[in-house]
Amino acid sequence: MSRFGYYPGCALHGSSNDFEASVRACMKTLEVELGELNDWICCGATAAHSINHTLSLALPGRNLGIAERDGFTDLLAPCPMCSMELIKTKNALTESAALRKEISDIVETPVTGATEVINLIQIFQRVGLDRIQAAVKKPLESISAACYYGCLLTRPPRTVAFDDPDQPRSMETVLAALGAKSVEWNYATECCGAGMTLSREETVLNLTNKIITNAKAHGANCLVVACPMCHVNLDMKQGAVEQAHGVKHDMPVYYLSDLVGLALGLSERELAVNRHFVRAGVHAAPKTVA
Amino acid sequence: MARIGVFICWCGENIARTVDVKRATEEVEQIPGVRFAIDYKYMCSDPGQTMVRDKIIAERLQGLVIASCSPHMHMKTFRAAAKAAGLNPYLVEMANIREHCSWVHQNREEATAKAVELIRLAVGKVIQDKPLDAIKVPLTKRALVIGAGVAGIQASLDIAEAGHEVVLVEREPSIGGKMAGLSETFPTLDCSQCILTPRMVETGQHPNIKLYTWSEIESVDGSVGNFTVTIRKKARYIDMSKCTGCGECWNKCPMSKTLNDFDYGLSKRKAIYLAFPQAVPARPVIDKNACTKLKTGKCGICAKVCAAGAINYEDQDEIVTEQVGAIVVATGYKLYSIGQEQDNEKYTGYGEYGYGKYPDVIDALQFERLSSASGPTGGEIRRPSDGAVPKSVVFIACVGSRDPAKGVSYCSKICCMYTAKHTMLYKHKVHEGTAHVFYMDIRAGGKNYDEFVRRAIEKDGAKYYRGRVSKITEENGKLIVRAADTLAGVPVTIEADMVVLASAMLPSTGATELAQKLKVGYDEYGFLSESHPKLRPVETNSAGVFICGACHGPKDIPEAVAQASAAAGKVQVMFARNELTRDPEIAKINEQNCAACYACVRTCPYNAIEKAEIRDRQGNLVKMTARVNPGLCMGCGTCVAVCPSKSADIDGFSESQIYEMIKNL
Amino acid sequence: MSETEKTAFEPKIVAYVCNWCTYLGADLAGTNRLEYPSNVRIVRLPCTGRIDFNLIIKAFEMGADMVVVSGCHPGDCHYTAGNYHARRRWTLFRDLLETMGIDLNRIHFAWISAAEGKKFAEFITEITDKARQLGPYQAYREICE
Repeated sequence: MSRFGYYPGCALHGSSNDFEASVRACMKTLEVELGELNDWICCGATAAHSINHTLSLALPGRNLGIAERDGFTDLLAPCPMCSMELIKTKNALTESAALRKEISDIVETPVTGATEVINLIQIFQRVGLDRIQAAVKKPLESISAACYYGCLLTRPPRTVAFDDPDQPRSMETVLAALGAKSVEWNYATECCGAGMTLSREETVLNLTNKIITNAKAHGANCLVVACPMCHVNLDMKQGAVEQAHGVKHDMPVYYLSDLVGLALGLSERELAVNRHFVRAGVHAAPKTVA
Repeated sequence: MARIGVFICWCGENIARTVDVKRATEEVEQIPGVRFAIDYKYMCSDPGQTMVRDKIIAERLQGLVIASCSPHMHMKTFRAAAKAAGLNPYLVEMANIREHCSWVHQNREEATAKAVELIRLAVGKVIQDKPLDAIKVPLTKRALVIGAGVAGIQASLDIAEAGHEVVLVEREPSIGGKMAGLSETFPTLDCSQCILTPRMVETGQHPNIKLYTWSEIESVDGSVGNFTVTIRKKARYIDMSKCTGCGECWNKCPMSKTLNDFDYGLSKRKAIYLAFPQAVPARPVIDKNACTKLKTGKCGICAKVCAAGAINYEDQDEIVTEQVGAIVVATGYKLYSIGQEQDNEKYTGYGEYGYGKYPDVIDALQFERLSSASGPTGGEIRRPSDGAVPKSVVFIACVGSRDPAKGVSYCSKICCMYTAKHTMLYKHKVHEGTAHVFYMDIRAGGKNYDEFVRRAIEKDGAKYYRGRVSKITEENGKLIVRAADTLAGVPVTIEADMVVLASAMLPSTGATELAQKLKVGYDEYGFLSESHPKLRPVETNSAGVFICGACHGPKDIPEAVAQASAAAGKVQVMFARNELTRDPEIAKINEQNCAACYACVRTCPYNAIEKAEIRDRQGNLVKMTARVNPGLCMGCGTCVAVCPSKSADIDGFSESQIYEMIKNL
Repeated sequence: MSETEKTAFEPKIVAYVCNWCTYLGADLAGTNRLEYPSNVRIVRLPCTGRIDFNLIIKAFEMGADMVVVSGCHPGDCHYTAGNYHARRRWTLFRDLLETMGIDLNRIHFAWISAAEGKKFAEFITEITDKARQLGPYQAYREICE
């Protein structure tokens, strides 16, 4: 049984607790122990870095310090915003001894930046796609997914250093292990408008409509995401999108962990798929688009 | 006591106005070692020089100090005068009492005192001077030219025409290089092959050119005037002496699945193939990775159909050596890869342009083949995916160039011109089509160049947008090009049928490995370094090695040719002599004293110091030492400063000479 | 020390310069008739890379009050890299000289190209003023005795 540190961040304990349920259920089945950081704090996104540079390093720095204190060499942060902030801090700490001292003093815990921070896709890669493939109970033959990476999973490219920033393939390879198909489409790394969810909703509805429409046009019968904000915009707001644009999408939006869980034989309830806004689940008879 | 003559020049009034020459002469006569001091109005004049010569002989002088102007002005003059009078020219020193004294000081007392002191320093140095002889190096009057693109061909023909033998080495099966594959050339739109192929034939038939195609440089030993070059002739599986180039073999070869590299993957070729129809030599080669006979032992059709019996499946690589006196490097360029694989981890590619994903996103050299009459489409512009004639083509300039974040920071120089040319070629063939160009700046410096770009825009109607393309996606068989038009300040979306990327020019694969073999410097991108960017543009810091063409940096054809002729000219200057002479003010090692730490070997910018062994008559190793190769040493003296045992010294600026100067302060 | 005594003192300055940049820069100062104090004695060497630090010490021993080393700008060396060697060596020797008790104010480095006659004249003027203010390098001479 492998053991990873786990940093849920605000989203997974709040609006996206369905994501946490999905991740936890999945990891349990894969016999991965998630050790939630004791007394973790906010990662600083999205406000800290534009207000106070030191604060924007100290907030993730404290979380990295906790991980180091508790002996986690790898830390899972499923929210890409969190993982990016943590990696950014880790890199800055690794490069400068002066900063290590400064941040350690501020957070009152020694921080070196030694912890590896990984995203949701990477934890499946660590578990091993062969192992997952061998554990599949219900191959997802009916799924033709459009893998949606959004903005932060692969960017900034030199910071997160994960997959090709413009033509990522990592989610597709996970899906292939589950027996699911994925489509070639054009909006895999486009913006969903997450930062404007509250301030300029029509922009979000416009962008998400383009994303969903393009996915459908390329033959996808569902979207797969690895980001809580993407999920909010594509799933929760889909009704508003349909209303604003006078269309009917009915496009299920899964977290990557949902599909892994379903293929491993977990139920929709265990994975909280039943709590999505757009009806989802392999038993929901996904619509195939001609 | 030394016999030193001091000659103090008035330089008309230039020196005499501020320096009391008469008094200085009197004071200088008191310096120990000075036989006499004499002043004269113009020492460099004919009577002045005659006086110097006469005095050398009459007074049996052992050294001269000329107190006049800068040695950069007249050192050569007075050395020649000394030589004419039988005195070793390196026993002449100059005290610069004009530029460094009379011209920069007003006070006569101070200037006179300083002049006397400058002369005293020079006397100190000349006493320690040693007679030196110009270094003579024997010379092999044969040249090696590496790379047979247009630059290598030009250099080879120039040298060969001057009557010297040339060894021309090309790693591809045919000479011709990149230019052989181009369609038409800017700014005249003359057909590339029409102007190049006659030069290729001339090269192939020239009695003074020894051609090695399908061959690579293994190693280079020796130094200027006398290089030994080892060449690997790769197995061609064809007996070149028997083959007539009839074409029976490649016509009958059943294997036709290999991508044709001459067409940059836009067509297929046989396993036995002629590089291209006008290839020189017009002899095929067997691709050992594609040939069934070589891989499995079955087939052998080409051998059966070859009436000349020229096919040899047992062919092996062959190593040959050649002796040459000079080397011209003309290894050319390649394009920044638009495929996913990059050969340098610094380059991250252009995923947003759909590299390797959309077949109709091609690079500039592929477009050259598409528009070439001998290309895969016979000169018709047809896109690779379905062979349709594209009605809308987007050309993107600066892909990889001027982009330090993802590519290289330099400008590739030729892309503005060939992109304008591409739009013209396209419009001349697809009249109803539209050519869109996205550029950062238009750089069209050159004779008739800017006029050419204006013609593309104004006469042939190419649409130019100043801005970068952010992303290319594919929808319903169209390439959706999203970009910014920064002059209009609006985003632009174009539905294109084909996209052509003007990718950055990089030095060709293996250029740095070759540079290391030749001890030639190169920059962070692998372009070879010239000796001096203005005054020695085709020489390198490795004596006897010259560079030309795009191996030195992005260049168009006229520049590459001009540089090739310049390099050939430099080779001819070398070969005009029967032996090489070099300035003898170079380093030397006291080999008995040398501790063989080799700090000098590591420091020498010219790799002129080597590790050597001293053996006794029985051949037993006495000691190790560093040894200067006088053919390579340029006399910078860096080794002198780094030598911990003070075994390195430099003639003309030796430790004893400099210390003697200082002692006379 | 009174004001008159100060001005009465004329320091000896030795300038080790490379043949290709600074020597020509000094020539240019002459060609342009740019005046500067007459205290400097230029010693021509092929390259700043040639300058062994013993030469600097020796100059002090022989009565120099100030030593100047000047060569081509970084990247412009006639011999590709000699001035880089000089610069690197200086960085290392600096501390050593200080440890030896040599006053670092007495040694000055400069990059002066063949085109910088004006810079040469100004530099020498400035250095000479500085040397006058520092006074005779009595301390070193005392070490030697």
